Amino acid sequence: MARKQSTRRTLGISLLAWVIGLILFFPIFWTAVAAFKSESDAYTLPQNFLTTPWTLENFGIVQERSDYVRYVFNTSVIVILSTLFGLLLAIPAAWSMAFAPSPVSSSKISGWAWLGIIFGCAALCFGVLYAYDWKPNNAALGIVLLLIFVLPASLWAWSRNTKDTLLWMLSTKMMPPAGALIPIYLIFNRNGLVFKDWGWANWSDYNIMDSFWGMVPLMTMLNLPILIWMLFTYFKEIPVGILEAARMDGASLWNELAHVLTPMALPGIASTCLLNLILSWNEAFWTLNLTNKFAAPLSFFISEYSSPEGQFWAKLSAASIMAIAPILIIGWFSQKQLVRGLTFGAVK
Amino acid sequence: MGKIVLKSVRKAFGEVAVIPKIDLTIDNGDFVVFVGPSGCGKSTLLRLIAGLEDTTSGTIEIDGMDATDLPPAKRGLAMVFQSYALYPHMSVRKNIAFPLKMAGMDPAQAAQKVDAAAKVLNLGAYLDRRPGQLSGGQRQRVAIGRAIVREPKAFLFDEPLSNLDAALRVSMRQEITELHHTLKTTMIYVTHDQVEAMTMADKIVVLNAGNIEQVGSPLELYNHPANTFVAGFIGSPKMNLIEGAEATKLGATTIGVRPEHLNVVSAGGWAGVVVLSEHLGSDTYLKVETDVVGTITVRAGGEVTFKHGDTVQLAPQAGKVHRFGADGRVFP
Ligand SMILES: Nc1ncnc2c1ncn2[C@@H]1O[C@H](COP(=O)(O)OP(=O)(O)O)[C@@H](O)[C@H]1O
Ligand SMILES: [Mg+2]
Repeated sequence: MARKQSTRRTLGISLLAWVIGLILFFPIFWTAVAAFKSESDAYTLPQNFLTTPWTLENFGIVQERSDYVRYVFNTSVIVILSTLFGLLLAIPAAWSMAFAPSPVSSSKISGWAWLGIIFGCAALCFGVLYAYDWKPNNAALGIVLLLIFVLPASLWAWSRNTKDTLLWMLSTKMMPPAGALIPIYLIFNRNGLVFKDWGWANWSDYNIMDSFWGMVPLMTMLNLPILIWMLFTYFKEIPVGILEAARMDGASLWNELAHVLTPMALPGIASTCLLNLILSWNEAFWTLNLTNKFAAPLSFFISEYSSPEGQFWAKLSAASIMAIAPILIIGWFSQKQLVRGLTFGAVK
Repeated sequence: MGKIVLKSVRKAFGEVAVIPKIDLTIDNGDFVVFVGPSGCGKSTLLRLIAGLEDTTSGTIEIDGMDATDLPPAKRGLAMVFQSYALYPHMSVRKNIAFPLKMAGMDPAQAAQKVDAAAKVLNLGAYLDRRPGQLSGGQRQRVAIGRAIVREPKAFLFDEPLSNLDAALRVSMRQEITELHHTLKTTMIYVTHDQVEAMTMADKIVVLNAGNIEQVGSPLELYNHPANTFVAGFIGSPKMNLIEGAEATKLGATTIGVRPEHLNVVSAGGWAGVVVLSEHLGSDTYLKVETDVVGTITVRAGGEVTFKHGDTVQLAPQAGKVHRFGADGRVFP
């Protein structure tokens, strides 16, 4: 239905949109300008960017002082590997949620009760032994605690129907990451302090701090809930009949995923990939806390220039521009795909 | 080979037993039609045979082997869905070749088979199109092509024609019947349309609320319906089912007379007034409101000229009255 709008109204709305856009864009604009000014011009108040001379020196200094290419490489390794591993985990997970939901059946409930009894008994035995001054080593205690809490928790998640599981997964993203920092830091560092104290894993020189071995799995896990959630919404749009046809045609589970589901969901998978790419490219909290050299990505590269030595705004700006340039370019060329991906389901 | 045996098959969704208990044997080479009203469990039964649903209890044997716990891919059956369920991202050629690819067939040999199937189904010109560029009838042909290339043990059809218009439905119906004559493979065909059932089946299985009401050839069901449900379901227009004094006279709770087995007589029949008269040229269907047996439908010859408001007398033909007891079953 076409609705006629007065030119004045259209004009007003576009003006408003431009103003809001410019306000939002201003910090980036400022950064982009400051990057091309000398350090003192960028710092001097009142700032006069119009008359001060333009320069490329900041980029030269930044490149000289820190190896930009290496940071880009590190970021790329973390981003690409975590996206790949994430997809590898998320596609089957989203598939099973969208097409093989497991509502709680009576057999599952009885299986559950049975497990509950076993764990209850184990806990009770432990309590009794402990009360009689039996000193178990920490290893055994650790394992039993793990069994008592983690196993039932995962079984619970498995027996829930899709909606509960999805919500539960997303809820992990609601927790402030700072809350998980200390345990993850300990697991990453101090030669595996956590495991060693428990006594059941003595990898004495185990240390995944500041390494891809730590960062890639961490980044994968970090974005996994969003990945699964997005893929789930895409997969939901695919008629289950087509997957059933593939099963009737003799396709194994792998073939069903590889030849039917994935190609059909390709646009969705692409935008999910893209979002994951951007999220992990921009991630700063974990990378800043858990890397400082070998696996340090671009976020660390930027932070190098906000040092205690003083404010180097021009260099900081130059570093920022260098850090965001690649993802900005990728984002620019794929914005159509991205918008479609993010609003998918909402506009249908 | 495609003999399928269902033994005490039960299917419940949660607490609801959609199929309480079914025993059924489908012989190799038969064209079997499952027919029944919408929601009676036809699709569910077909999907149980296909393996797309798990049985709650009971066993399904295919070719003498227990297939109850086999996944659909391992049962060697092919299915044609109501929604066609073609792969939208593949060309027609690739759609038809897909089962062969899954079976690991050599591509050159597969291409030959695809061409052969396309020829049978008149799809040669469309092999490089995507399903989205085809009409409903063509899509249905592709779905059938995808089913036949693999030479399955049996074909399963779930209301394959219900998305097509009436004319196309009739011609596709004939094509499928011809296909059965050529291939001689077991076919199980689900429909809610008793005309499709009557015209296509070797053997009809009438389902009602998840139970088998009767199994038999189209003519057996037509001539000897086992109960009032089958009597009312098979045949068009529907059989007149009459209760009350006229039924009691014959020692039954309900009697049934088909519209084509009622004669318009000059005297001594059930008197009534014509409320509707439909001239089809070949036949005339009269709806007559009578005092003794309620409103009944009559098939008269094409030349009769009764019209609304005329008074007629009706009498059933000798030996064509079905008698049913209080439980709805026919008296032998
Ligand atoms: N996945 C399901 N979950 C719950 N109920 C179902 C499911 N599939 C079918 N049903 C129910 O089973 C009954 C039979 O369905 P169906 O076999 O599709 O009927 P038909 O094909 O004869 O029209 C219907 O009442 C339907 O609501
Ligand atoms: Mg159905």
